Amino acid sequence: MTKMFGEPIKRVEDRRLLLGGGAYLDDLGRDAYAAAVLRSPHAHARVIDIDVTDALDVDGLIAIYTYDDLAGAMAEPLPLLIPHPTLTHGRTQYALARDEVNHVGEAVAVVVARDRYLAEDAAERIAVTYEPLPAVVGIENARAATNLVHDDVPGNVAANTMQEYGDARAAVAAAPNRLSLDLAVERSASTPMETRGVLAEWDADSGRLRMWSSTQTSTGVRAAVAAKLGLDLTDVEVITPDVGGGFGVKIVHPWPEELLVPMAARLLKHPVKFTEDRREHFIASAHERAQLHHVEVGFDDAGRILGLDVRFWHDHGAYIPYGLIVPIVTSTQLLGPYKPGAYRVEFDSLYTNTVIVTPYRGAGRPQGAFVMERTLDAIAGSLGLDRTEVRAANFIQPEEMPYDFGLTFQDGRPLRYDSGDFPASLDKLKKLVGWDEFAAYREQARAEGRRVGIGLACYVEGTGVGPYEGGHVLIETSGKVKVATGLTSQGQGHQTVFAQIVADELGVSMDDVEVVTGDTRRFPYAVGTFASRAAVMSGSAIALAARNVREKALRVAAEALEADPKDLEIVDGMVRVRGNPGAEITLGTVAVLSNPLRYAFDEASKAATQFAVGDPGKPPVAEDDEPGLEGRDYYSPPHATFANGMHAVIVETDPDTAEIRILKYAVVHDCGRLINPRIVEGQIHGGVAQGVGGALYERMAYDEHGQLQNASFMDFLMPYVTEVPRGIDIDHLETPSPLNPLGIKGAGEAGVIPSAAVFAAAIEDAEGIPITSMPISPSALFELRRTHEGQR
Amino acid sequence: MNVRLVVNGVPHDVDVPPRRLLSDCLRHDLGLTGTHVGCEHGVCGACTVLLDGQPVRSCLLLAVSVDGQQLTTVEGLADGDELSPVQQAFQDCHGLQCGFCTPGFLTTITAGLRDNPQPSEDEAREMIAGNLCRCTGYQNIVAAVLRAAELGS
Repeated sequence: MTKMFGEPIKRVEDRRLLLGGGAYLDDLGRDAYAAAVLRSPHAHARVIDIDVTDALDVDGLIAIYTYDDLAGAMAEPLPLLIPHPTLTHGRTQYALARDEVNHVGEAVAVVVARDRYLAEDAAERIAVTYEPLPAVVGIENARAATNLVHDDVPGNVAANTMQEYGDARAAVAAAPNRLSLDLAVERSASTPMETRGVLAEWDADSGRLRMWSSTQTSTGVRAAVAAKLGLDLTDVEVITPDVGGGFGVKIVHPWPEELLVPMAARLLKHPVKFTEDRREHFIASAHERAQLHHVEVGFDDAGRILGLDVRFWHDHGAYIPYGLIVPIVTSTQLLGPYKPGAYRVEFDSLYTNTVIVTPYRGAGRPQGAFVMERTLDAIAGSLGLDRTEVRAANFIQPEEMPYDFGLTFQDGRPLRYDSGDFPASLDKLKKLVGWDEFAAYREQARAEGRRVGIGLACYVEGTGVGPYEGGHVLIETSGKVKVATGLTSQGQGHQTVFAQIVADELGVSMDDVEVVTGDTRRFPYAVGTFASRAAVMSGSAIALAARNVREKALRVAAEALEADPKDLEIVDGMVRVRGNPGAEITLGTVAVLSNPLRYAFDEASKAATQFAVGDPGKPPVAEDDEPGLEGRDYYSPPHATFANGMHAVIVETDPDTAEIRILKYAVVHDCGRLINPRIVEGQIHGGVAQGVGGALYERMAYDEHGQLQNASFMDFLMPYVTEVPRGIDIDHLETPSPLNPLGIKGAGEAGVIPSAAVFAAAIEDAEGIPITSMPISPSALFELRRTHEGQR
Repeated sequence: MNVRLVVNGVPHDVDVPPRRLLSDCLRHDLGLTGTHVGCEHGVCGACTVLLDGQPVRSCLLLAVSVDGQQLTTVEGLADGDELSPVQQAFQDCHGLQCGFCTPGFLTTITAGLRDNPQPSEDEAREMIAGNLCRCTGYQNIVAAVLRAAELGS
């Protein structure tokens, strides 16, 4: 049989989706009542009064809920999902605003009606009296703390966090060369094509709740809903249907609507559905990226960093439900493939009256890579060295793996790189992009009056963080293989890659393998899909589960074939004795035999009944065995596995209009062993496009009052095909991870991480102007040119 | 108001309020949920359907405004169980990931290739330049347009 692992198999998901047969959240619950949410128009205000009188006349209205209707745990603030010892001032919102709103878009009331049109009609008629308060917008204002977001949070600081190895400040002070840099990255957002949504059904007879959510964690939603609604976990089922993209934003839970919708369904004894609209997604979900950094770096004459001292400020928005994950990732992954002699990083996580900040693909790494790579480019510039030489001088070498920095990563575990060969990756990248030939090309272009520039940027990405994932593999008596894992899918092709793994482990055809994800009825223990962890975590767990099933299949088959399990092999669903043609039994029959029966239900099952099989002197199911041909296993890593990569881009900037054109984009990528190169490259393509958006176009345009001025697809500029590179050159280096049974590392976020850094470098190279703030639009570049001219 | 929509060759008589969007009517009144809604302001193209053969944004039309007209949605592209050349090309080229924007691309490209069966790469890019996708970075969608042209010829 052809090995499936490593092959560019076409996706099994596609046919259904291409025929229009996808089942996304809003495609479900056709008879459900619709919910609409009344949201705050103010960035910061006291809620004085909510008058629903006018709304009650709307035909088709079913119910209106405000904070006063919430009881028990529902009336408490939403959970702070990831506590941290330095998160001393963590604040989270209420499911519906109690007496204060802290960003435009915060939920104030929820209306249930016969359809969404009517629900919105009623919501419009609710009169809320607000007393506006000064809004805190932007990092500088948050830091100045002239006004406070939360009265009881001094300085708007939720957390002050520091990590260090060596004495970085002394090392900087003692270094022969020193530089200071101030760097900034603005807000962007995940912006999946499908917005958030939730549907709930209450079964009054059994007292059970079934709900569907467009989420990245069905088990997380289940636990949160059970806790808030006072239900036992076993009485709540959460199913993640097809999800139209996540990119991080859908890992947050419970959203207010994920609690309010099941609450209403239970009270009304009728299914209720909420589907977020696009404007709501901009103002009521989550953003990311905004940080300001100050860097002090000391280095020797070869460009080796002797001391690196980074102080940064992170804007986490109005509340901090997801804890410090993003700034912790920035502070640790900033180091990339490099080993500064000493490193100190300190950050403040600051409240502002804007939408909450939680991980968006890359999750703090794009900012970290931007800061580190800008610093290395500045060092190269100041020493007159080639930028690749300065990187090579600072690389961790392959023989130093595993490399432990002595810092703590976002999972609370050591920042310890497990694998990678950075010098080899750099060699590949230089060849792929034509680094050594570029200087001549730049000169030639310059002679023609054209401005071209090249940049490169490197990153390391902790992927596959714990705590665990599990897999369940069951062989039906038909020979079909049913696989379940608890984490969810948002387009990553899990049904394909997990089937590839199982097909190889069991020796069955992929066509016979069916994979279910994100359904707590099928697999109730899981964490979720984030941090490029699904393939590593569930892939490993499913492989282990399949190995258990294989072992049992061989044991049962050996008995039936009167052979030694060691002499058996499984080929295309058939267990056979090696070198003994004809001595074989199908896996379906093995499944029949694995379950001792009293009653035959069909012809095949007669073989497992009590007068047909088994040693009458022994129990039909041995003491340490169980019936059925199935296996379950879990994978829980000691710590994250670290993927890495390097990007290079060549850009041309228009001397008159400052338009930025991409001439070439190259990626060298190391995610360990590739399960499906087609899918990995698709992930890279998508990440690069999001990176282009983040580097050149996408920003959240808040005004000083905290109004988001570009909360639509007309004004928030996501790349169309016309904005992405024409072709992306990709090369892979495969340094297997020693941490998991498949040798894999995550790939989902890779494409987006170095984008801001690599574009800044290339534009700086083309223009000869320091680029210190991203994104950079043509008009921003145009202004920068004018300022720079003025300074000359 | 009573209107007749002929969707994928099948006539449907529906009673809808005048303000009902065509996208909502297709999805929620007729149960044809293959057409997706990504922005409801005509920018993303996920809701694109063919109205008398021409691609239109169903979120920018009222259902009552297309009374009696012929509509083709993603559900009407395949020939029975057999994927259309555009659908097949998307699978061959890995032109979709989450699949949410895909129906709008499929309808747009179906009309585009009918008008220009052998597009150059530039023309292929132009053909899809009004549709947003957040997953694929468009590389494989461009490839799928060219592949569909091959399959369709």
